[in-house]
This record gives sequence, C-alpha cells and structure tokens, in this order.
Amino acid sequence: MRFGLSEDQTLLDATVRRLLADQAPLDAVRAYADGGDDHALWSTLCELGLGGLLVPEAAGGLGLGVLDAAVIAEALGYHVTPAPFLGTAVLFPRAVTAAGLNNDPVWQERLGAVVEGGLRIGVAFPQAGGQRSRDSVTAAGENLSGTVTLALDDAADAYLVASNDGALWWVEASASGCAREAFETVDRSRRSCRLTLTDCAATPLTQDPAVLAELRAVAWVILAADSLGAGRAMLDKAVAYAGEREQFNRPIATFQAVKHMCAEMAAELEPCTALVWYAAHCQDHIRDEALTTAGHAKALLGDVGQFVAKTATEVHGGMGFTDLVGLHYWFKRIGFNRQAFGNPQRVRAELAELQGW
Amino acid sequence: MDLSYGPHYEAFREEVRSFLARHSKDAPRGEGLRSEKVLAWQRLLIENGYAARTIPKAYGGYGAAPDILESRIIAEEFAAARVSPGLGGQGISMLVPTLLEVGTEAQKTTFIPPTIRGEMLWCQGYSEPGAGSDLAALRTSAVVDGDDFVVNGQKIWTSTAHLADWIFCLVRTEPEAPKHQGISFLLFPMTTPGIEVRPLVDMTGVANFNEVFFTDVRVPTRQIVGQRGEGWKVANTILGHERGSLGDPNATMTRFNALLELMRRETVDGQRLIDNPLFRDRMASLQSRVLAMRLHDMRLLSNKVNDERAPMASLITKLQGTELRHELEGFAIDVLGELGLAYGDNPDKQDGGSWQTSYMYFLGLIIGGGTSQIQKNIISERGLGMPREPKLAK
Repeated sequence: MRFGLSEDQTLLDATVRRLLADQAPLDAVRAYADGGDDHALWSTLCELGLGGLLVPEAAGGLGLGVLDAAVIAEALGYHVTPAPFLGTAVLFPRAVTAAGLNNDPVWQERLGAVVEGGLRIGVAFPQAGGQRSRDSVTAAGENLSGTVTLALDDAADAYLVASNDGALWWVEASASGCAREAFETVDRSRRSCRLTLTDCAATPLTQDPAVLAELRAVAWVILAADSLGAGRAMLDKAVAYAGEREQFNRPIATFQAVKHMCAEMAAELEPCTALVWYAAHCQDHIRDEALTTAGHAKALLGDVGQFVAKTATEVHGGMGFTDLVGLHYWFKRIGFNRQAFGNPQRVRAELAELQGW
Repeated sequence: MDLSYGPHYEAFREEVRSFLARHSKDAPRGEGLRSEKVLAWQRLLIENGYAARTIPKAYGGYGAAPDILESRIIAEEFAAARVSPGLGGQGISMLVPTLLEVGTEAQKTTFIPPTIRGEMLWCQGYSEPGAGSDLAALRTSAVVDGDDFVVNGQKIWTSTAHLADWIFCLVRTEPEAPKHQGISFLLFPMTTPGIEVRPLVDMTGVANFNEVFFTDVRVPTRQIVGQRGEGWKVANTILGHERGSLGDPNATMTRFNALLELMRRETVDGQRLIDNPLFRDRMASLQSRVLAMRLHDMRLLSNKVNDERAPMASLITKLQGTELRHELEGFAIDVLGELGLAYGDNPDKQDGGSWQTSYMYFLGLIIGGGTSQIQKNIISERGLGMPREPKLAK
C-alpha cells in the first residue's frame, strides 16, 4: 500500500522544478506578461518530455497518467510558468485517446508533433464554466459557427472545440472562418483569446458528450494542482518574508498574529495534497469516482487558493500590494484557476446533482 | 499510488470478519465499564489479538509485532460492524505505551496486565487551574518525606477521575529547577487518603471532567516513572498520540452522511432541506473538506507503513479535524433551525439530540488536548520553521 508519489514521479517533479527555477524565474514570467512569448521555454520543457507526458508510447510519448500531469501542474503553478500545458499536453492527448483515435495515422502524427513541441492546442469549450448567452458553438455538417469567449491559449495552432451538444471538434487556427482576438484576463502568466467561428471547417473527434465531461474533470484536477502549487509558493514566500521583515525591533515572524496566518495557510493546503493526488489517480484508475473527486479538488482548491492568495499577500504587508515583489502573479493565477472551467459554486452545484442529492 | 493493502492483509481482513461474524453477539452495547460483559469481551479480544495486540505476552497482551495495516484493518472492520473495539481510555492509550517505553520491569508487570484487561482504570492528572496551555507551569508539589512523596495541589479537567482506580500525575519535585526540568511523573491509587474529587459539569450538562484536590497525599517513591525531574520527557513520549486521534475524519464522514439523510428527510416550506441552494452549496463544500481529510489520513497511514516522513502532514490533523467536525455539527443545527434547538428530554430532537451535544463537545475538543491556537504555534514553529515568540523581560 502506498498513498503517494512513486519514485519516478518524485524524480520527475524534482527535475521539472529544478529546470523551472533555473530557466523560468519571475523575470521570465514578467517578460511573457509584457508581451513576450513562451515558445522557447515550452520547447525546453518538451525536451524533458512534458509535451508527450500523456501521449501513448506508440505515438512517441511517455504514456503516463493524470497523476503525473498533476505533479507537473503543481510545479508549473509553483513557478507561475507560462506554458500551454493543459490544452496541449493534457486535454488533447486525453481527447484523442477517449475518442478512440490513437491508432489513426492522422491523429498519431498530430500526437507526435505535440511530443516534439511543434504543435500547440488550445481549448474552446463554450460550456466549460457553465454556458452563458454569449457563448455558443453549433455545427452544420462539419462546419462550426459561434463564439467562445474564453479559449485557452492565444498562440495555439489548433483548438479543441466543443459544440453546444457536447461533441468535440478539431479546428485549425489558420482555417478560413476561424478568428481570434485577445481576451485579456487578470492572469498574465497565460494568455487567453476569444474564438469566433464562422462556418469554419472542423474535424470531428467524437459525438459522445461523456468525453467532454471526462476532459472537463481532468481539467479540474490540473487547475486544482496548479493552484495547489501556486498556493504553496505563496506560503513559502510569506514565511520567508516574515523572517526577514523587521518591525518593533524584531522579525514579524515572531508575532503570533503573523505565525497563525501562516499556520492557517499550511493547515488548509496540506490536506489538499492528498485530495489532488487521489482525484488525479481516479481519472485513470477509479472511473466511478473520477468526476466527483475531480469536482471536489477543483472546488476546494478554488476556495483554499483564494484564502492563501489573500493571506499570503497580507503577510507581505504593503510590499504584497506592489508590483515589486511580483506576488500578484500568483494571486492572479489562483484567481484564474478558480473561475476557469467552473468556479467552486458552479462545480459544487454539479457535484450535488451528480450524487443525486 | 497503490491503494490495495495486498493479499496478506486481505486474508487478515477475512479473519477479522469471521471473528466478528462468530462473536459480535457477545459484544457489549452500552454496559458499564465495570460490567462482566465489558470485561469478558475485553479478555476475548486480547486472546484473539484484537485488543492489546502489540503488548508483549509477558505483560498480558497478545504479543504481535506492530503492524500498522493490521491495526487499521481491525479498526475498520469493528467500526463497519458497529461492534465495540474494546476498551480505550487514558490508561490504555497513554499510560501503557509510556510504561512500555520508560517504565521499570516491576511497573510493567504490576500495571500493564490489569490495565489492558480493564480491571484497573486510570485518570490523567496533568492540567491545573494555572497550567493549561502552559502545562509545564504546573505547581502541584511533591516533597520527599522518608520513603514517600507528599503531594499537595490541585488538578483540573481530569476526565473520569470519579471512576478511576489510579491516577498518573505530573507533579513538581524540583521547585528551583527550570520549569520543564522540575517535574516528575507519579502513579498512585485514587483511594489514597487526602484525595478529593469534585465533578465539573461541562456545557453539555455532563460531569465527565473533575477537579482533583491533593492534601498531604503520600505516594511511595518507587511509584515514580522515569527519574526525578524527567516527568516532562516521560509525559511527552506519548502526548503526540492524543492529538492525532481527535477529530477522526472517518467519524466525521459518518456524521456528514447522517446530516445528508436528515436534509433529505426534513422539509421547510414544502421543500427538502437539501434542495435549498445555499445549504446544498455548503454541504458540497463540507464534503470536499471531509473527503480531503480522509484522504489525508490515508496519506498519513501510508507514510507510517512506508516509513516516510511528512512532518507538516501530521501536525495539522488535530486543528483541522476538530474545527471541521465542529463546523459540520453547527451547520446541522442551522439547517434544522428552530427544531435544532430541541435538547435534553425533548422528544422532537433529531438524531438523539446529537447535533447540539456534539457541537458543544467538539468545541471542547478544539480547546482540549492543545487549543487550536497552540496547534497553530506548533505548525508555524515545527512545521514552517518560524521563530518562537521572544520571552518577555522579567
């Protein structure tokens, strides 16, 4: 019995974290936020195998699972790394597998390109966070029309698009009738876009809406893991800052008021680790619990993330409010993760429904 | 991730189940601690290795090698069968492991066998009116006079002192030494002349706690555990055990499920309580947290089994476990509204009135065994490496 990471997973985690600390420091995040791109960094991460993490070995990938992806997501969140990880490296290979297209040469080639870092895939689900009146994608034959207000990745080569009926499609960004414009969000460590499709040619992956539900659950786990990592980073920074900052002739870390804020963050974050691991494990191994555990992870990390983001910023005092220490990148990333693909209230309503309350 | 216990343990689980199938009819159901039924059940459990499992045979135990998963399976199966897992209490859970660690051979053979059989009941004399969170400030004194210590002072929050045969007690033997180094750990019978026990009624209306007063209580010097002045260390060999066990997430999940049932059953304005969107959201939120604590508990178990350390993981369980349980019980009262006020002998109270009682009881557990604020000190200092508060200049 082992409830935890394997040696391989621990090693992968350490390797990725070392690389991110070295090659993706806050200055690199700032450069991306100021309009730079993440192409070189993503290539480097793909050399480590991140692009092919979930791609089957037959297509040249590592053939790993959602738990491995969650470990990576936590590391990316810890470093607020700009990377097209969720769409390209997680949801796309997962969609191809779930749609039963792994042995189709066209899709194999695309998976191969993902492994190499030469193909990035965005995500445009109009119903991801609950469908709003401005969001709609309808199909006429194999052509799609409509708008997705928030699509992941403004620099993707293609998008995984869901139509209103839950079917999944592949749309190339260069296709005629596919237009995207910047959808600026508070989180500048990853860029989103508004995708507008006008009678745009698309390739169907599956008509089965269960696949979309499955992808959404996987996204919940990855976003939860990202917030867990970002939250841990904020706690570490708060503890370090409190140890350095002196007021009343002593480090503020000696004041109980400050210590208790840090203890509360630690106490809230700690059980989240087990929940994220388990929810990730369920996606591949315990199908009956896959949706509910993913929902719980998404909802809880939404709330705990928000609490930690606020509290860690407060521990930094006025400095936390400035751009100088850059803490706001974590604050905003956690804020993004909370809303994307359904905020806690939305997910909990679905959880209640799923369990037949 | 490997969530199975493996074939050896699944076979062991079958053994436990088969024992329960054969014997659960003999299990006590609410009989008193001294009843023959309780004592016979305890003997049967020890004989079969389901109580005192790892206590050496020489001291009346079953003598199995410690095995975390076996112990867990026993607990799981007895809980699932709703059968008494045998006696607990501070003698069995705290004193026996302490004696095994630091007791003399004579102390082990004298005290462990009757304690684990339930024939010798203990209470714990630690807290004092002036020594709560700052337990090491305790002042009950023990002065040597011939072959005896003479004990004077007062203890408080002494659970089951009115039932106990003996007390294990922290006393100050070296008043001049720094506070942690002047304490000794003594054992003596509650029938010793000079002991007065006064019940302390708590907010739930129960008198489980007591105040205990000592006036010239004579305790033979051989009844010390460890050396003079080492009582603090002796007590701390096992204090960690107590914290971890408060706010058990499996019990909290059981309560969550009971609340869910209640909310599907009760209606307000013709609507089931669970259909109220605010209640629904709050329930799903509580469920997330209870689930996280259960999985956290599995992670702790796994860490023990695989001998892996995650210090922060164990430091947070008392704080989070008791606060979460208290919140759940309080929320149940909210969803019941005025009906949730029913208490005492009121026939309209729901689930035996347990929501109100537990709401208060778990507030007691938030305070007892190291308050939530003390837990936060511990988490920040031992878990996060933050500095202690500077001492005030005297």
